[in-house]
Amino acid sequence: MHARAYALLSAAALAVTPIAVAGGRPETPRPGSDFQSEETRALQNDEARNPGMLWVESGSLSWNAAPDGGNGKSCSSCHGNAAQSMKGVAAKHPLVYADGKLLNIEARINLCRTEQQGAKALAYESNELLGLTAFVTYQSRGMAKSVSIDGAAKPFFERGKAFFETKQGQLDLACTQCHDDLTGRNLRGDKISQGQTNGWPTYRLEWQTMGSLHRRLRACSLGVRAEQLPAGSPEYTALELYLAWRGTGLRLESPGVRR
Amino acid sequence: MAVLPTRIVMPPQAKKGDIIEIKTLIQHIMETGFRRDDVGKPVPRDIIGTFVVTYNGAEIFKADLNPGVAANPYIAFSTIATESGELVFTWTDEKGQATIERRKIAVT
Repeated sequence: MHARAYALLSAAALAVTPIAVAGGRPETPRPGSDFQSEETRALQNDEARNPGMLWVESGSLSWNAAPDGGNGKSCSSCHGNAAQSMKGVAAKHPLVYADGKLLNIEARINLCRTEQQGAKALAYESNELLGLTAFVTYQSRGMAKSVSIDGAAKPFFERGKAFFETKQGQLDLACTQCHDDLTGRNLRGDKISQGQTNGWPTYRLEWQTMGSLHRRLRACSLGVRAEQLPAGSPEYTALELYLAWRGTGLRLESPGVRR
Repeated sequence: MAVLPTRIVMPPQAKKGDIIEIKTLIQHIMETGFRRDDVGKPVPRDIIGTFVVTYNGAEIFKADLNPGVAANPYIAFSTIATESGELVFTWTDEKGQATIERRKIAVT
């Protein structure tokens, strides 16, 4: 009995075929939606049904409205029509700015708010910031993810890579152990994805709302019982850069829909 | 309260007698009132109670929503394009706060 169980176990272990990983990233990047059910994918692809489009919609209203307590400038006062000015912007973020800081779209929007609009920064998971992020990201829908990892971005990239490859938490797991080695295998009711980010921000059915990538990363940290870092933390932003590079060439599909 | 974000997808024009499909979404938490927060306090119920659509003043669709409806309700229905005019979509929450959207349709 024991021997048989052991034989079955080792057969199962042998059946695990790690995806081909080239230089630390999957040879064929596959979007997270590939690992969802057909129904969930259909929900994402139908813009009339995709609930994430509500945030794109509210983001477009915020884009044209001056924030409360600001100097009267709206996003459109400087950037005009987002369909032109924001096209491709999300594909190259996170990006290192002149002061040497690595910013993702959320942080970039808040920088504009505090520096240009004289308004308060928006809370990370607020509907307004999610809306603006979704709206800006939506302008790059269908474009290939392509971030810079050289020069000033290099240390951030290395930091993100180290985070991805370091075992952490009480379960002592590194991201790579599941998202490189066990892709496509079952994890309870889900298929393990490659951990690609091209669908974020995404509407998660479990959350019943739109969520940022960093909220998802917090859920990952919780999953391996590691410390949950605050959304917007430098560690998660560096990881976001690494993940973006892992998915180079994937087409942006935000707002995604995930279970 | 600010107007809630909505999305309505429908054809802007149609032939007389055509069956047209109308798809609607509204951003709403649809809090059931059955849940408790981290300190055990009940989270107050907050849902959209009714959704009504009129076509040139005549009611063509009505739905009563209940706590079992998921957040950000998606409601789709079809109707017959009878004449050019305006459809008015009204979502009303249980406090009586209404979100109203209008869409024109040209019928030839």
